Amino acid sequence: MAVVNTEALLGIFETPEQVAGALDRLRADGFLATDMTVLTDAPYPEGAFGEASERHRLYVWPFVGAACGLAVGLLLTIGTQISYPLVTGGKPILAIPPMINVLYEGTLLGALIMTVIGIIFESRLPDLSAAPYDPRISQGYFGVLVFRLAGRADMAQRALRRAGAIDVVGTLPSG
Amino acid sequence: MQERAALSPAQINGDLLHFALKTPRQFWIALGVLGAIVLAGVVSEGFIVVLGLQLLGLTNTVYWSVFIANFVFWVGISHAGVMISAILRLVYAEWRRPITRCAEVLTIFALATAGLFPLIHTGRVWRTIYWVFPYDFTRNVWPDVRSALIWDPSAIVTYLIGTILFVYSDLLPDLANARDRSAGFRRRVYAVLSLGFRGTVRQWRLQTIAGILLASLILPVFVSVHSIVSWDFSMAILPGWHSTIFAPYFVIGAIHSGVAGVVTVMVLVRRFLRLEDYIRPEHFDAVGRLQVVVAASWLFFFLMDFYFGIFSREAAEIEVWNLRLFTPPYSALLLVMIITGYLIPVPLWLFRRCRRSVRIMFWTSLAVNVALWIERYMLVITPLSYKEPFTFTWVTAYKPQPVEYIITAAAVALVLLGLLVFAKLFPIVPVWAVKEGQVLRREVRIGRVTVPAVAREKKY
Repeated sequence: MAVVNTEALLGIFETPEQVAGALDRLRADGFLATDMTVLTDAPYPEGAFGEASERHRLYVWPFVGAACGLAVGLLLTIGTQISYPLVTGGKPILAIPPMINVLYEGTLLGALIMTVIGIIFESRLPDLSAAPYDPRISQGYFGVLVFRLAGRADMAQRALRRAGAIDVVGTLPSG
Repeated sequence: MQERAALSPAQINGDLLHFALKTPRQFWIALGVLGAIVLAGVVSEGFIVVLGLQLLGLTNTVYWSVFIANFVFWVGISHAGVMISAILRLVYAEWRRPITRCAEVLTIFALATAGLFPLIHTGRVWRTIYWVFPYDFTRNVWPDVRSALIWDPSAIVTYLIGTILFVYSDLLPDLANARDRSAGFRRRVYAVLSLGFRGTVRQWRLQTIAGILLASLILPVFVSVHSIVSWDFSMAILPGWHSTIFAPYFVIGAIHSGVAGVVTVMVLVRRFLRLEDYIRPEHFDAVGRLQVVVAASWLFFFLMDFYFGIFSREAAEIEVWNLRLFTPPYSALLLVMIITGYLIPVPLWLFRRCRRSVRIMFWTSLAVNVALWIERYMLVITPLSYKEPFTFTWVTAYKPQPVEYIITAAAVALVLLGLLVFAKLFPIVPVWAVKEGQVLRREVRIGRVTVPAVAREKKY
């Protein structure tokens, strides 16, 4: 069941070549690269649809997480030992080699958690927008989603139809 | 030979989401049988809690029983899951696609089951709270981070959380797909879990990078976990345990049992979910080749452990090996271990015809896990059983009691139950990854033959 929305349009296509053609037409009509995106049911090689390269900062997240994890590990290992400084087995209160085990795991746990948070954040999830979507996308069809129509809905719809869209979802009731 | 069938996205959705969205009668039968075995284990654990550790076969020297052997065994099984998935992602092995999630989910349930055993082993499970919180709140006496028994839970918790996150991030597109193919309450649940994933170019780009990034991060955890588990033993000054070779020996043993565990799950998933088009003989062939190398490495480390044990010429070490090699029932168990862990499976795996036989791969993978369970049992029990110089510590052989057998069987059922329930709720074969394989699938004509090929974006 398609979602009806007047702020964005979703064109449904059958082939990647049609999608690339639709993006070309939209660009020619003055739409910016940030005003449109392609929806697919699987990853396609970057640039397959002639779309703009996506910038992200995912690589920063693991480092931030690792630093946080290391800090928590240090707090745990140092804090718990100096809170009740009891010498056992003749080892120093802050014995570095055994602490490394906990610090190592803490660092990697922090990196893993922050990476997954980063994936979700950078993917702009959770997506609570009412932008049009069609379940046919996950059945192998392609979608071209056009945002920020601002009175250009008819122009976008025409471009999508001319590029071979089998359906356009989210059109105004007046057409 | 072209083995990769061309499958349409609709057909892939239908095949791989069928079990998650429809409930066949066999599911309830399997659920009932496995649930009953797990229930028997829960009742047995109840008896241990109420009546105490006297129900176990513990002696005054064998104070770590079959439960600790089970713990090491299940941690081992959990290992190869993520290892296979992560390594295959990093090397862009095309045949990884249908098997990665089985492997990762096996890791989750095997590790969660492993985590139960130290708790069961203590008898009074509520006292394990002192592993985390101070023994004495008023004086702030925390667990000692200088103890291997503290490193162990830190590693296992890291691995478990990391694996769950790894699976969840990989599952997002398939949850969105299940949302699109379901209705009612089920659809609402999938919609919430999928976080509104739509499959934009940006989301796919990050999904692809995430697979590589998380695989790179989880591999060091994978290596550390079984090393740290081995230190539970090797940090103790006990003949048979106090060995520098234990960390790599445990890791390679974990890989041996884990890869075999993945093969067993692959066969079960293929057979019961009817996924013959997805998990094909070529996959078993590839895993079989890997198993030959792993089995040979495992045998090498076993022999090194033996060699290190006798080379020092310490009487206590030699006594432990005397127990393992020449004293029943351990000598018989050792023989079974070598036969089922190496002598039967490896010669079979050398032949392509055997590696491509699903039946042979299934039985040999089970045989390997019998061997590896025996290995863990021997590693835990025999060093505690050897006869010390003082006669008052001489004991009769440790014999597992009925509750120990029941809980051991219940652990197997619990892991299978977890896999079954997961497969019922979510696609156990990654739908989007299989579709990506179809997108990148090519056929290249070379001379007079057409060979299957895969296009690859060489970017990350």
